[in-house]
Amino acid sequence: MGRKITIEPVTRVEGHGKVTIHLDDNGEVAQSRLHIVEFRGFERFVQGRPYWEVPVLVQRLCGICPVSHHIAAAKALDVVVGAGTGDGLTPVAEKMRRLMHYGQIFQSHTLHFFYLASPDLLFGYDAAPEKRNVINIAEANKELAVQAIMMRKYGQEVILATAGKKIHGTGAIPGGVNKNLSIHERDALLHGEPQLSADKMVELSQSALEFFKDYYKKNKSFIDNFSRFDSNYLSLVRKDGALDLYHGVLRAVNSEGKKILNDVDYQDYLEYIREDVRSWTYMKFPYLTHLGKDQGWYRVGPLARLNTADFIPTALAQKEFEEYKKNTFGSPNNMCMHTHWARLIETLHAAEMIRDLLNDSDLQKENLVTTGTRQGRGVGVIEAPRGTLFHEYEVNNDDQITKCNLIVSTTNNNEPMNRGVNHVAKAFMSGKKEITESMMNAVEVVIRAYDPCLSCATHAYGEMPLEISLYDSKENVIEQKRK
Amino acid sequence: MGTFVKFYIDGKECIARHGTQLVKAACENNIYIPTLCNYPGIPPKGACRICAVIVNDKAVTACTTKVSESIVVHNNTPELEKFRKSVVEMLLSEGNHFCPSCEKSGTCELQALAYRYRVTVSGFPYMFPFREIEAWHPKLMKDHNRCIQCKRCIRGIKNDQRKSIFAFGKRGTHVEINIDHDASEGISDELAQRSMDICPVGAILRKRKGFDVPIGRRKYDNKPIGSDL
Ligand code: SF4
Ligand code: FES
Repeated sequence: MGRKITIEPVTRVEGHGKVTIHLDDNGEVAQSRLHIVEFRGFERFVQGRPYWEVPVLVQRLCGICPVSHHIAAAKALDVVVGAGTGDGLTPVAEKMRRLMHYGQIFQSHTLHFFYLASPDLLFGYDAAPEKRNVINIAEANKELAVQAIMMRKYGQEVILATAGKKIHGTGAIPGGVNKNLSIHERDALLHGEPQLSADKMVELSQSALEFFKDYYKKNKSFIDNFSRFDSNYLSLVRKDGALDLYHGVLRAVNSEGKKILNDVDYQDYLEYIREDVRSWTYMKFPYLTHLGKDQGWYRVGPLARLNTADFIPTALAQKEFEEYKKNTFGSPNNMCMHTHWARLIETLHAAEMIRDLLNDSDLQKENLVTTGTRQGRGVGVIEAPRGTLFHEYEVNNDDQITKCNLIVSTTNNNEPMNRGVNHVAKAFMSGKKEITESMMNAVEVVIRAYDPCLSCATHAYGEMPLEISLYDSKENVIEQKRK
Repeated sequence: MGTFVKFYIDGKECIARHGTQLVKAACENNIYIPTLCNYPGIPPKGACRICAVIVNDKAVTACTTKVSESIVVHNNTPELEKFRKSVVEMLLSEGNHFCPSCEKSGTCELQALAYRYRVTVSGFPYMFPFREIEAWHPKLMKDHNRCIQCKRCIRGIKNDQRKSIFAFGKRGTHVEINIDHDASEGISDELAQRSMDICPVGAILRKRKGFDVPIGRRKYDNKPIGSDL
């Protein structure tokens, strides 16, 4: 008799989700799904609100990367206030936002790698769950834990200096920013405490990469093959093809590296991207319109960005990028666990960007805001830590929001996460009669490679422990496990 | 010029001109009596009751009471502080006050008082009323969700013809303070800004200006309400 397994809730990711595994009559995995079971409704309740409130309101979608929502919304509203589509801000405004964003990338990538993912790497996904957490990391490798804390703290300090608060600040406003960087703030970040300087962060990012590469040498087969599959990749790139996490054009490539979306203006994203809805989850399934639902799904995030970008515009990260690209002889990298590697290269890039921006005297200029002819609609896109983030707003003549559409990074990764889960379920479950601990862990590992932020995707709230349910072919629950 | 009188607040001997508003007289003697509907320079209304004090054994509102010789005032007592805290809680329950996205956050008197009285959650059930935003005016927005009906705007904001640009609309529990079409036509940016500033909460907003003061430089970021006498 066929069976269905549900994994619910999923831990060390943010949000509520569960996994179901359906077995066929022979006990083989017929289909697995990642269900997102929470609903938030941000797109509805911003309607009617004044447009300038939105960058502050929508960042409450997330406590890990609120800055991404804050800036994506501000970018969309730049268009609405007539400040152009990414090139109209004053230098101080654009650079303050970039600094805020790279601070955010830096702290969020650090959190993701060290706090959420590294326990799996350090202890193995088949280790006991009570062992695989950040507390045990601190016991097993104190130096690594201190490094993680210092890096995250530094990123948060950058956000504090640019947004006024470490979480849920107000720095970006439609058309610009509300503050510049004082000399005092700049100096504190450049060379304040010895352990918290911009140069030190570059150094720590390099050592994090060395840690990963060392791990890779010893665990090559796992890192290369765990949940590996081909896909398309999408991200923003700078007009010249450079990695740019703040602004650019939309580019997508397929698994062989052929451009399938050729550097288009994201103001027209609706022409290129559609979202499919399925009855069993609140999270939608975006796809490239011209390729259709079955062929047009794509991955976003660090793995995708290093597949779409031609180069990285900072020296040390570029060197790492070149080494990383050698793994696939320059072609797109389809290895899921290499996402962590890509994430650490981006972390280094963010540290270099922060250091370079802090040395730029434009940040002390006074001209904070640009305005122009009011528009009725604006789209803001940014590369959030976990991938491409779309915000679109329509605003009426009375300055109220009338429509909002958000496609968050996790939503963009919905199909790939489902495929990843399916892949792991097939590898671990087939022929087995019950849910094993290592199988539950492996499912988490795959979700965690993409994203710990499931609640942003449905725009919901809460914690997310893992539950797996096993169903037979008649849709009867045969087993359920929670942890 | 009135004569000076001696009076007492919580046992402390104070001096003020006879007939001075008690709130102001207390302030002159470095004593804080919390207020919400009161605003310097406009006639007091006694609407919110947060300034309740005991004068000669009788509960009164300090904004509508004038000092006279030898009055004995109780201000900082546990009972009065408890009462004031519940006034704040009631106001928070009655409207929709979502500080995280409100541009008055950090400058809002209701929020500042909630911090002063350590209101983490209201003791009264939240009413979550359904209220609209009035957005038709070119320079002002009126968010009825946040209005505490203190009437500071009605009393304090007049156009060049001395006509109030805010007026009552609807009745009973549905009462609303609206922007008057005729009286508010063509108001200056400066008057629009004063309208926003006179409102103790975020119910009157100046359009297209929100969040332009960074966190750290807002009114109550560094000085809690009542600490700057
Ligand atoms: S709009 Fe503001 S000032 Fe006017 S009554 Fe309401 S809360 Fe008071
Ligand atoms: S301030 Fe006195 S009653 Fe409101």
